[in-house]
Amino acid sequence: MNFKLKVWRQKDARNKGGLVEIEAKGVSADMSFLEMLDGVNEELIQKGSEPIAFDHDCREGICGTCSLVINGIPHGPERGTAACQLHMRKFKDGDTIVIEPWRARAFPVVKDLVVDRSAFDRIIQAGGFVSVNTGSAPEANAIPIGKESAERAMDAAACIGCGACVAACKNASAMLFVAAKVSHLAELPQGQVERGARVKKMVAQMDREGFGNCTNQYECEAVCPKEISVGVIAKMNREYRQS
Amino acid sequence: MVVAVTGLVLFIFVIFHMLGNLQIFLGADALNDYARHLDELPYLLWPARAVLLAALLLHVGFSLALANENRRARPVRYVHGDTVQASRASRTMVITGLVILFFIIYHLLHFTFGVTNPEFFHLTDAKGREDIYSMVVLSFQNGWIAGTYILAMFFLCLHLGHGVSSVPQSLGFSESSGLRKNFGRFGNLAGVLVFIGNSSIVLAVLLGKLK
Repeated sequence: MNFKLKVWRQKDARNKGGLVEIEAKGVSADMSFLEMLDGVNEELIQKGSEPIAFDHDCREGICGTCSLVINGIPHGPERGTAACQLHMRKFKDGDTIVIEPWRARAFPVVKDLVVDRSAFDRIIQAGGFVSVNTGSAPEANAIPIGKESAERAMDAAACIGCGACVAACKNASAMLFVAAKVSHLAELPQGQVERGARVKKMVAQMDREGFGNCTNQYECEAVCPKEISVGVIAKMNREYRQS
Repeated sequence: MVVAVTGLVLFIFVIFHMLGNLQIFLGADALNDYARHLDELPYLLWPARAVLLAALLLHVGFSLALANENRRARPVRYVHGDTVQASRASRTMVITGLVILFFIIYHLLHFTFGVTNPEFFHLTDAKGREDIYSMVVLSFQNGWIAGTYILAMFFLCLHLGHGVSSVPQSLGFSESSGLRKNFGRFGNLAGVLVFIGNSSIVLAVLLGKLK
């Protein structure tokens, strides 16, 4: 398969970027999107030009490092799938594919398709943790948790913190990410101690980072590779109201 | 949260306003009587007006401030953007909201302060009451005024469609997807009903059913 790529190239945070046309030739339908980019980069290196910088790590959809907006949709056209697990068979031979980085004031571009997502780390530092005694691991059945709570907590905990929700949101809001973390910990007995303070601190940090506000359009839910439901946002709004 | 609560207050007002106005179909006597009863309850009418005005100002003020923050949250836009599931109504809330704001100002100048059409204002009926019925009917016999009202109701319908379904989400009552779906249906239904209810008055006049 052959594709015409339009890739965002940007030298560094200070320079302005722009879309650059690059051909991707001889791509196998079984390649993942990132493998396709690897092939393009090899050719670029052989030609002596700068390869395309993009974030990636585990390549099995669990680390949340890949961050490509493909034809206007974070992680591309396949639902519930990170860009690393997206395969080229989802595209037609000869397609033009536009690849851009996450766009948000809180996620400044570092280079090409790489953005700085440390705003998420600072939100977690503000309250996304539970206080426990260190030492040997506690006995697994010491704290009983109801089936329903456990299920809801696990659904929220599936968030891999990739930031696609921010990239997809019309307002570049981080509500789905923050709400997933708040809901996850509020469902469990271990999270009760900091429950009220946590939601206030995390929301305050989210606002400080310059993310937008939620207007209930649910684009975040549609692109989330872990299919986290906007129900967690309702849950966080309630937690915030009650805190 | 402020936008949700004030929006809810304004929505409840829109419903009662429509129900009051629909009494026009019961005849001139019923409508003029209703208007007079409202005027005879100043201790209810004025606090209600004060609450509504405050709600409106807060709703508009907070919404515009939030919209501005949202715009600044993405200084560099996507060259090739796309939308997966956000409805058109949800993406045009600021525009539909501003149209409705200008309509409210016109509507007040028209029927409450009698500035735009003073010739239909301060008419009196046979019983010496203010003749609201004739004011409405004579106004809507003008195609431009009628068209403006119907168009404004269309914008209101879109605005309510997204706004009403968003209230429970913003206040944290719609955690389950089933509830969210039903609130979404309710919002759209409410918008359509308000459109049909209010436009029916204008259409009835235009078609000569109300004289």
